[in-house]
Amino acid sequence: MSLAEKYPKEVKQILAKYPPEHKRSAVMPLLYLAQREEGYVNKAAMQDIASLLDLTETEVASIVGFYTLYHDKKEGKYRMQVCTDLPCALRGADQFLENLCGNLGIKVGETTPDGLVTIEAVMCLAACDKAPMFQVQSGDGLEYHENMTVDKTLELIETLRKSRQEVKE
Amino acid sequence: MANEVTLTIDERQVTVPAGTLVVDAAKKIGIDIPVFCYHPKMEPAGMCRMCLVEIGRPMIDRATGQPVLDENGQPKISWMPKLETACTNKVEPGMVVKTQLTSAKAKDGQNATVEFLLTSHPLDCPICDKGGECPLQNLTMAHGPGKSRFLYDDKIHLAKRVPLGDLIFLDRERCIQCARCVRFQSDVASEPVIGFYNRGRSLEIVSFSDPGFDSVFSGNTSDVCPVGALTTADFRFGARPWELDASASICTQCPVGCNVTLNTRREAKAGGQIVIKRVMPRQNEQVNEIWLCDKGRFAYHYTESEKRLTRPLVRKDDKLSRASWSTALTRAAEGLTANKKNFVVLASGRLANEDLYNLKSLAEGMGGQALLYSDMGGGELTALAGVSEGTNLGALGKGDAVLVVASDLYEEAPIWWLRVKQAADRGATLIVVNPRETKLDKFAKFVIRYSYGDEVTAVEGLNGKGKIAEAFAQARNAVVLFGSEGLGLEGSSALAAACAKLLSNTNHVGRPNNGLIGVWPRVNDQGAFELGFQPVTDLAAELKGKAVYIVAADPAGDDPALAKALKSAKFVVVQDILETATTELADVVLPAQAYTEREGTYTSGERRVQRFYPAVPPRGDIRPDFAIIAQLAREMGYILEGTSASLVFDLLTESVESFRGLNYAKLAEVAEQWPIVGRNDLYYGGTTYENKQGLGAHLSSAAGRGQAVKLPAVRSVKSLRPKEDELLAVPVTRLYDMGVTVVDSELLANRIGEATVVLHPSTAEKLGVEAGDVVKLNLNGGQAEVRARIDESISAGVVLVPRSFGLALREPSAVGLKSRAKVKA
Amino acid sequence: MTHILLRHRDIPDIHKLDVYQKNGGFAAFKKCVTEMKPEDVTNVVKASVLRGRGGAGFPTGMKWSFMDRNNWPHYVVANADESEPGTFKDREIMERNPFQFLEGVAIASYAVGANAAYVYLRGEFWQAAHFLDERIAEMEEAGLLGENIFGKDYSLKIYTHLGAGAYICGEETAMLESLEGKLGQPRIRPPFPPSYGLYGKPTVVNNVETLTNVPMIIANGAEWYKSMGTADSPGNKIFSLSGRVKQPGNYELPLGTTFRELIYGQGGGIIDDRPVRAIMAAGASSSVIVADDKALDTPMDYASVRTLGADLGSASVIVIDDTVSLDWVVNKTIHFFKHESCGKCTPCREGNYWMQHLTERIHSGQSTQADVDLLYTVAKQMQGKCLCALGEFATMAVVTGIERFPNDFKSAVRS
Repeated sequence: MSLAEKYPKEVKQILAKYPPEHKRSAVMPLLYLAQREEGYVNKAAMQDIASLLDLTETEVASIVGFYTLYHDKKEGKYRMQVCTDLPCALRGADQFLENLCGNLGIKVGETTPDGLVTIEAVMCLAACDKAPMFQVQSGDGLEYHENMTVDKTLELIETLRKSRQEVKE
Repeated sequence: MANEVTLTIDERQVTVPAGTLVVDAAKKIGIDIPVFCYHPKMEPAGMCRMCLVEIGRPMIDRATGQPVLDENGQPKISWMPKLETACTNKVEPGMVVKTQLTSAKAKDGQNATVEFLLTSHPLDCPICDKGGECPLQNLTMAHGPGKSRFLYDDKIHLAKRVPLGDLIFLDRERCIQCARCVRFQSDVASEPVIGFYNRGRSLEIVSFSDPGFDSVFSGNTSDVCPVGALTTADFRFGARPWELDASASICTQCPVGCNVTLNTRREAKAGGQIVIKRVMPRQNEQVNEIWLCDKGRFAYHYTESEKRLTRPLVRKDDKLSRASWSTALTRAAEGLTANKKNFVVLASGRLANEDLYNLKSLAEGMGGQALLYSDMGGGELTALAGVSEGTNLGALGKGDAVLVVASDLYEEAPIWWLRVKQAADRGATLIVVNPRETKLDKFAKFVIRYSYGDEVTAVEGLNGKGKIAEAFAQARNAVVLFGSEGLGLEGSSALAAACAKLLSNTNHVGRPNNGLIGVWPRVNDQGAFELGFQPVTDLAAELKGKAVYIVAADPAGDDPALAKALKSAKFVVVQDILETATTELADVVLPAQAYTEREGTYTSGERRVQRFYPAVPPRGDIRPDFAIIAQLAREMGYILEGTSASLVFDLLTESVESFRGLNYAKLAEVAEQWPIVGRNDLYYGGTTYENKQGLGAHLSSAAGRGQAVKLPAVRSVKSLRPKEDELLAVPVTRLYDMGVTVVDSELLANRIGEATVVLHPSTAEKLGVEAGDVVKLNLNGGQAEVRARIDESISAGVVLVPRSFGLALREPSAVGLKSRAKVKA
Repeated sequence: MTHILLRHRDIPDIHKLDVYQKNGGFAAFKKCVTEMKPEDVTNVVKASVLRGRGGAGFPTGMKWSFMDRNNWPHYVVANADESEPGTFKDREIMERNPFQFLEGVAIASYAVGANAAYVYLRGEFWQAAHFLDERIAEMEEAGLLGENIFGKDYSLKIYTHLGAGAYICGEETAMLESLEGKLGQPRIRPPFPPSYGLYGKPTVVNNVETLTNVPMIIANGAEWYKSMGTADSPGNKIFSLSGRVKQPGNYELPLGTTFRELIYGQGGGIIDDRPVRAIMAAGASSSVIVADDKALDTPMDYASVRTLGADLGSASVIVIDDTVSLDWVVNKTIHFFKHESCGKCTPCREGNYWMQHLTERIHSGQSTQADVDLLYTVAKQMQGKCLCALGEFATMAVVTGIERFPNDFKSAVRS
């Protein structure tokens, strides 16, 4: 099913934001829409967006490649993106990340064996006063978690795991 | 002049048009500011930071608006604290520029950029295709640091053989991210099928199109690439640039007449023969600028085909056997003279002007006919109302109009497609009149769709009122390009007449940048028409029972009906460069030299006569066409010039009015062209060759000579009405086809693919055919099985049949078409 | 003190439309549309000497007056791409005091004759964008956006647009490219956005905090505004305080407040009461300031900070104590810039890549002084040659770190 068939209302709303002769502007919001289900943009979706906006697939792919919040591969259902940039690192972010990974038994960039969570180290998220902090990216969007500890994070992962099971059942 | 600006570069004053970039102003006075991302055919990007210079501007007194003067009465110059890029700054009055030649600061800045580039660039010049013609290599040798401060072990290692498509390979290590290729595809070709992926040091060129790098202009990216990152599948590891000889030539793939350089080398791999290693564009700003389409660049291999005829053949005991030239010529002369009353010459636009002139003279001398082997007519009208002196599609823009009718230019003449598109980009009113959607449509101001068969009506409609008609009539200059989409000889001739009439009615003839252009199937069809060759409607009837001299044509291979006609001819002499189905039917076969092996001239569709020169020695005991014709004529008792092409041309110009005043020396004249390319500074325009061998010259037109143009009445063409169970089959042209000049190119095999016919969805549904299904086509009594494609932009009841794919359809015909019973899995 | 930007700290629920309106909200916008000519609005902002809060400090009213009046339509783009490490003020404004910001967008749009405005938020501000979308919908319902606003012949739509993870999009021309659906790579300047902006049309790009000042200036007048801050840098500024301080956070203070007041008076001093060693006043793009008494007593305004060989920038004050070494700091900032370099220009793309190899090696103790010297030269070699400011920013901490804290690097390398 094409994007426009799957999300007719959203596609229409997105296109309405920009002048019709500049509909190329809609490529970024449409890519978020395309990422909703699987957490990454597949080739079919790129084709879809290209034909919606009169672009080539290459032009759409270039956008996916340039911006870090678009993904071209499937990873964990939730991407836990820990800020380890200078201000957060001055407040223990590196240590937090190391401890978290240790607890989960995975390395940065890896996914928990159940495919639930991928741990990533990212650049500044504009929450420098509330370190350690991370954002959780999933198909549903992004959520900030601030002033975190490893224990609180493990609890969060447990909650996410449960909610996934509920959806499955 | 008001629009000129005077500035100082490296202590030299220079005056250039306002709006000129500093880098170009410097180039004009011979100062090469090194560049990587800047290319004179593209908008400046300012990204490589190679062209850093010091720029000073005169200080202006805010109160008076006058320059502030120093104690010597000279304007005070305020220097920018930072170096600036010469490619993004336009000249300003009184500006002072110091390049690397006079400024240590500029030189340091440029050296810094080279050093930065080299941190990631590999040191594989000894095995790089660009080695020897690489600006980065040259700059490194000239100015680079002697020692690398970047640790070799830190060097990035990336994939070195990434196919972007069948034709272009990317070496990711060598890429310096200048974006010239990406910008060429998006800004020049308007086909953004390659782009950047990722960012920062991880930027890489990718193509997501299917097939990869899906553009007929892809080869140009390897010319503009300033390093060895993009190489062609054809030349990759083929030879070192400095081993190559260069010969000027003209591309023979279509009527545009692109200027090319054939690079050759003697090599062991080819048995010690001299062979063509690559075809490169040669600058002619009025024809192909510095570009070349992929067909022109990669489909030259046919001249080195194993099917080349290498010696004369004579039929003996119903078999063709080798013979000496004298035997073959005598035999041919006897056979033709014996049937003198029924003598017919059949020649194609693959021949040079000199060949055609001799053929025409022979036919006239014998009292026979000179027929042009072509399914497209109207050439007598392009000779009358065609474009002439001073015409340059590159000069058309705002206020001008271009009308393209019954032609898919992208497939038929890609460089014209590019030039017409660019005229539209510059503001010219583009009107596309075609029965189906083509790649030109999206650049058109007006698109007129008609049903196959209604071409003439569609064009005649533009004579009247309405905004399209008025836009055309009121245009300062107007050019019409007409083709043969869906048409045979009769239809295209009628269309040409309608177009000529429209141009004449709107006063768009006899002036530069006005007139008619035929999108002919062959390189020199225009020349053949100029010399008086004419195609005939019922060719089979003209061949039956005649003594036929066929030159550079394969009627038997194209159409079974013509093969049959030839079989019942009295005597057949065939002269060609390749073995064909027609040579098999010949009584005498005379082997000719290819255009790569001799000299001559072609007349382009824009009526520009251009010279080509020998690049490789002849393959075998073969002779140039004009010489063979003269030798044969002598055997038949006629004296024609056959010793030199230039002498034949001199005779031609004396007897053909539109050629008057031209000679080989004049055709070899060059003038300074902008941009300046092909000199030592290869970084500037890329590896396109400078034109040192001639820009050619335009033919005059009857209208241009001030003669009254008497246009023929537009004949009405009977439109076909297919029966209930039939479809209207129409011939269309595809760029990469199975024609003899293409099919030998292995590189293009994937692009050629297989024959496909095209149907409207409703027709397909009615027949129970789905896209990709194989269908049975009843054509001229024969049956062919081909795959079907669906296109909703064509009308129902029509089936498009590709030319030169072995499906003999020379004009619109009613055909039967059935879905092949689907095989159950 | 009373906040003029972080007003949610004084007025609970100001993010609710009725509360905002009860506290004078949208009166300024109404005054503009019903009583003032667009150029009068620009003149008031010009007179206030409001300077851009995104980092460059360019006078806002001046920028508005540069809009090409012969080329239409005009656009306003609010820069909510807040990505400078150490900066987190715009997010607080948008999430807590959204209407004042949106009113600023509306007034700016009216002043420059724009009928469409875009708020470009960094992709990570997903929640903020959705929150703003709801507020915009409320404004539309209340007739504060849409056609014939306040019964006058003026219409305006505001749209949010989410980026997707690229620091470079905070650079105004890269932001416009991104908003046009292209790679977020900066354009050559000039032309500047007021003559060639979004879709090639005249465009004003202003930071969120800058725009949030505007309703207060219109409501209270330019003189009122100039009574705060310094003559050169009037008004309040939000200082984002982070790093090794006890109470990090946003502090809205008059421009000209000293570093000492911010760090000790507001921020509660250094963790574990250790000594402060260095200050980065403009986030990761800062020249590193040696935090001696002179520096601590320097007023934080655009001109005074420059006397310390640094810039105020976006006033993202990162505080560094004696527990960290500058070679570690520089390694962090270079990792950031190498990751965020868009790749368009050579010195930034290759220079950051090169510097990262060096800072990594120096920090891990595998270098000699020669690498430190080389790092310094590479940074110097980048300066003045990049297409946009990012490449320049990347060199700041490297050059000043090595110059001002040489011993930190000496002790990091093998002798």
